[in-house]
Amino acid sequence: MAKQSYVSLGERLMLGIDPFVIVLKISFAETRWLGSPPYSPLLEWVDAQYLQIRFNLGNYLFLLRDSLYLDAFLSSLKVAAVSTVFCLLIGYPMAYAIARADTRWRNILLLLVILPFWTSFLLRVYAWMGLLGNNGLINQVLMAVGIVSEPVTMLNTDFAMYIGIVYSYLPFMILPLYSNLEKHDVTLLEAAVDLGCKPFRAFLSITLPLSVSGIIAGSMLVFIPAVGEFVIPRLLGGTDSLMIGRVLWDEYFLNRNWPIASAVAIALLILLVIPIMIFQRFQMQEAGASARR
Amino acid sequence: MASMAAREERKAPWLDPTAAPYIRIDKVSKKFGEFAAVDSVSLNVYKGEIFCLLGGSGSGKTTLLRMIAGFEAPSEGRIYIDGADMSEVPPYERPVNMMFQSYALFPHMTVEQNIAFGLKQEGLPKDEIATRVADMLAIVKLEQFAKRKPHQLSGGQRQRVALARSLVKRPKVLLLDEPLGALDKKLREHTQFELVNIQERLGVTFVVVTHDQEEAMTLASRIGVMNHGRIVQVGTPHDIYEFPNTRFVAEFIGNVNMFEGVILEDEPDHVLIDSHELGGNIYVGHGVSTASEAIVWTAVRPEKMSLTREEPAEKSNRATGIIKEIAYMGDSSIYLVQLDSGKIVRVTQPNIVRHAEDRLTWDERVWVHWHESSGVVVTE
Repeated sequence: MAKQSYVSLGERLMLGIDPFVIVLKISFAETRWLGSPPYSPLLEWVDAQYLQIRFNLGNYLFLLRDSLYLDAFLSSLKVAAVSTVFCLLIGYPMAYAIARADTRWRNILLLLVILPFWTSFLLRVYAWMGLLGNNGLINQVLMAVGIVSEPVTMLNTDFAMYIGIVYSYLPFMILPLYSNLEKHDVTLLEAAVDLGCKPFRAFLSITLPLSVSGIIAGSMLVFIPAVGEFVIPRLLGGTDSLMIGRVLWDEYFLNRNWPIASAVAIALLILLVIPIMIFQRFQMQEAGASARR
Repeated sequence: MASMAAREERKAPWLDPTAAPYIRIDKVSKKFGEFAAVDSVSLNVYKGEIFCLLGGSGSGKTTLLRMIAGFEAPSEGRIYIDGADMSEVPPYERPVNMMFQSYALFPHMTVEQNIAFGLKQEGLPKDEIATRVADMLAIVKLEQFAKRKPHQLSGGQRQRVALARSLVKRPKVLLLDEPLGALDKKLREHTQFELVNIQERLGVTFVVVTHDQEEAMTLASRIGVMNHGRIVQVGTPHDIYEFPNTRFVAEFIGNVNMFEGVILEDEPDHVLIDSHELGGNIYVGHGVSTASEAIVWTAVRPEKMSLTREEPAEKSNRATGIIKEIAYMGDSSIYLVQLDSGKIVRVTQPNIVRHAEDRLTWDERVWVHWHESSGVVVTE
């Protein structure tokens, strides 16, 4: 690392390649339980004569062999998928309403969507802890009204985790959907209705297919970070919630098994790069089609 | 051009008192707050007509069209189509289709799917949809473009897709919002005749909205001129051009010279007007039924005026002036003549002779005059 490189440090940080290369390198190393750094070097001069390359695929094989990692991956994908679906179900009507709202209201409504970003993300998750706890606001209201006699356990359940993820990522669904729906030509719906189509069917056959690129963009923006989400499951979810982000954390900080943790990170990256590439290709096609329009 | 002749031969149902109107618009108003976009309009359109609603922007013509389509509900009054009251009928159940100004083609569907869309809503069997779409594609000559998407078509082709899509449902009435507005001039002329041809073949009643008087003149069987939400005059293109009933209509359709004046004599067979703008008297060879006002206007079309060096024999309908501008148009020339009163009049003269040695030229003093039958007296 002391060697002079051709690109400046600033540029490398900007590209984000350096951290990636380091993680990739560690993922091929062997664990060293004692010493610092806690992994074996990849390249080493032996007897000041030979350059020894130790390329260890064992970490990746271990990921496949131990069902913990596969389960964590699958459960993360499930949580992310379910959260994305809920974000879509809640976000689409909201984006649609904002896009169709009077121009005077539109910016105010958009501001309300973005407003939560002005406070710390962590603070907002903590706020949900306060709301969902046994002595939290929701339970107090439920008991005061008399719907339940005992507090409902919500905190540290999957329910709370989903609430937290959907709440946190909803703006990422709404904004791309809004920017898509806002461009729609309303006369297309009039034309559909004029041709004998009832309003809701017109929505299904015109608006919905034309907003597919917005749906995909929003879903990607929710799905990708949700897969690796660590803080929300940790704070709101149950102790048994198995998320890949959490496994990653545990490997790094509790087990100090950096090579395995790095392998998990790289595997996660590969898992996410595929949908991103599909998304990119779709966007390119869209851009091409609209350019010819 | 055969279609034009055919149209001349056809009877004029609006002159037949026993004919039932196909679209009856009965005292329809549309108010947005205090503002009346359409103000108590009553209008009858007959079967097989091409009726043009002509007016400037904000005249209420598009609002009226949208009320017939069902996109806007009238604040007052009723609309009947083929005898049925449309008040409670939603747009998707009306026997009316619309061709939108922007065409509003569905960008994610092919030409074929666009045209089939309306038929699918009716739940027709697949093979019937296929035949009707194919027939329609043949009528608008787009067979080889059936699989294309709208963005792969030219403006003229898109216009034809929009027409096909709105006609394939065989509506009783087709509403067209500025149908030629987005086309260039060459294509417009061609499309105009094609539109008339298709209308005659299918026998659908057309209601066309346009701000372009030329378009209205060539397409329409009758024109309804709109201004400030009201219909100011309804008539054949000929009626509207030759017998405008108000100053607005005379000035809106074609070019016209207006002379303000006061009535000196008002007899059943003629009117004599003293016009300071002309600097002389105007004699109009027909009676004026509504000339109770003190001030009236005489409208004279540029092509109905003559320019001569010699003094005309008649003592009225004439003035001297100086030629200020000449625009050579090939078949005719436009002269702008400043009269001694200061008013500038526009005169169009056909270029009959090829080599006119002593052609009228700039800054020449000439007489402007017209026949007593050429002027029309209009009021405000």
